[in-house]
Amino acid sequence: METQTLTYLFVGASFALYIGIAFWSRAKSTNDFYVAGKGVNPIANGMATAADWMSAASFISMAGLIAFLGKDGSVYLMGWTGGYVLLALLLAPYLRKFGQYTVPDFIGTRYYSNTARLVAVICLIFVSFTYIAGQMRGVGIVFSRFLEVDIDLGVIIGMIIVFFYAVMGGMKGITYTQVAQYCVMIFAYLVPAIFISILITGNPVPQLGFGDTLTGTSTYLLDKLDQVTIDLGFGAYTENTKTNIDIFCITAALMFGTAGLPHVIVRFFTVPKVSDARKSAGYALIFIALLYTTAPAVAAFARINFVDSIQDVEYSAAPDWFKNWENIGLIAWQDKNDDQSIQYSSGNALEGVRPDYSDRRGKNGERILNNRPNDNNANEIYIDRDIMVLANPEIAKLPGWVVALVAAGGLAAALSTAAGLLLVISSSISHDLLKKTFMPRINEKQELLFARIASAIAIVIAGLFGIYPPAFVAQVVAFAFGLAASTIFPALLMGIFSKRLNKEGAITGMIFGLIFTSSYIIYFKFINTSLNLPENWLFGISPEGIGFVGMLINFAIAFIVSSVTNNPPKKINEMVEDIRKP
Amino acid sequence: MQRKNTTYWKSNLKIVISLLIVWFLVSFGFGIIWSDALDNIQIGGFKLGFWFAQQGSIFAFVIIIFIYVFLLNRLDKKHFSKLSEDD
Repeated sequence: METQTLTYLFVGASFALYIGIAFWSRAKSTNDFYVAGKGVNPIANGMATAADWMSAASFISMAGLIAFLGKDGSVYLMGWTGGYVLLALLLAPYLRKFGQYTVPDFIGTRYYSNTARLVAVICLIFVSFTYIAGQMRGVGIVFSRFLEVDIDLGVIIGMIIVFFYAVMGGMKGITYTQVAQYCVMIFAYLVPAIFISILITGNPVPQLGFGDTLTGTSTYLLDKLDQVTIDLGFGAYTENTKTNIDIFCITAALMFGTAGLPHVIVRFFTVPKVSDARKSAGYALIFIALLYTTAPAVAAFARINFVDSIQDVEYSAAPDWFKNWENIGLIAWQDKNDDQSIQYSSGNALEGVRPDYSDRRGKNGERILNNRPNDNNANEIYIDRDIMVLANPEIAKLPGWVVALVAAGGLAAALSTAAGLLLVISSSISHDLLKKTFMPRINEKQELLFARIASAIAIVIAGLFGIYPPAFVAQVVAFAFGLAASTIFPALLMGIFSKRLNKEGAITGMIFGLIFTSSYIIYFKFINTSLNLPENWLFGISPEGIGFVGMLINFAIAFIVSSVTNNPPKKINEMVEDIRKP
Repeated sequence: MQRKNTTYWKSNLKIVISLLIVWFLVSFGFGIIWSDALDNIQIGGFKLGFWFAQQGSIFAFVIIIFIYVFLLNRLDKKHFSKLSEDD
């Protein structure tokens, strides 16, 4: 069968499965809708958390990013897993004991203040929409490349599917669909990784193949990779180019940010007992680690294969995948030295970095660009890093069904995360804004209706982000983690571990964290992008890592303000005592 | 009751702090601060610092959480043998 037919088959079958599960597990009460009736088995919850967490960014973009960043890419590997240790040890069990539905709920109750609740809701909505924009772009890429439908139509199909199970099923529907999506996703990630590992190193375990020798030689893969990247004018693959302080802060911001992301935290509200919340974080990390320890191996294989299959190849003889991705605008080639062959090396090939395609074709059949070539280097290739995982099976010449599987996996990753985010957005609106703040007199049935309406509206907004993607998606990711680290995480942590912290301290802390972090990021990423260079950064910390400093500022201000204002009321003291008991 | 809760909380903090020290060492320590120094040691095809940064720290994170689960379950049993069922 043709790859395209297979892709339709795999994607269609997986969508049918998700809808079937959603129908079987639809929500009947607010308890079902917000926290799946608190009856989810910790292993199932671990899988659902893993699917929720591993987004289009983890599945589609991360390995590609690492392939081009080398050791600098470690910040994502450590940053997006280390946060689970913080979650398990510092937050999950206590928030489960608290027993309410949402993250703003905890902040509002612990700091006996609707202002605190409101600040939390604002951070939460901002963080979640930032994230969703990325998911919808992922759905668009997969649909346009593998099913050759229009990106817009792809996004709309994705919206309808998510609408069906998020609005009907709430947390319950989402949780069980995510379990299925995890299985699809991890299978789709591991199968090509295993194949490629065997092809390159002869070792069937990618995690080990990563450190093994190349087939038929005694050269280690990583040594060879170092040599290849140095020859092409990049730094050695296994060495850092960023400074240690920047790497430290980016990793920390991602870790503390992960532990402060509402759609991850809320997953631990769904298990039956406090001890299950701890266990569940452990299972979640095992399921995540399976993909995250494969990713650096995939990255190394992809980099080697990519260079091998195009370097000094004549354009007319270039592989099909190269031309397919060029056709949808994620690869570009400009024959600088006019030798009809492809040369890849370090530096931006084009002036203006992103390719601007004309409608004409060159003499070799390539798409002609309006960009002027960048004459400071010999590189002729523009490649969007997002395509490495999707293109990897084709680059390694794997059979069509593997390619189809990867398409289904990419969609599972994007849809599962989108659904989880939609849920926290809708529940913070119906529960925290309406029920607890502005319309306290609505009954449960009305609240459930509002939750469904809010999630339907959120889906439409998310879809619009996918159809008209804001140009700043990549920039705002720093924002999401920075804000979660500098506002939500400190408020939760101090709420549990300090009895002395009062509402004045928590609110000023959150506001200072929010203002400091966002103004630093906005200044360098939006206002003065030309100044975004290490020598201008505060202590050499990039905007990606500044959330860590924002968090420290939040802690300091919160404690100072609390120490000069009144103690929290006695009932808050009792509440903290209570959540500390299992 | 009050005293029992305090000793439970103190033991819990001790466990959490010791495990967080390990968490810091394997990631920020071996993966970042001393990573270049550890790169002088090579095991198989891996330079050790690079391995901690890209794989080793993640394996360690999983182990840390399960040690925490084990220690806390034991602590719970010691202090609250009759666990109140949550709603």
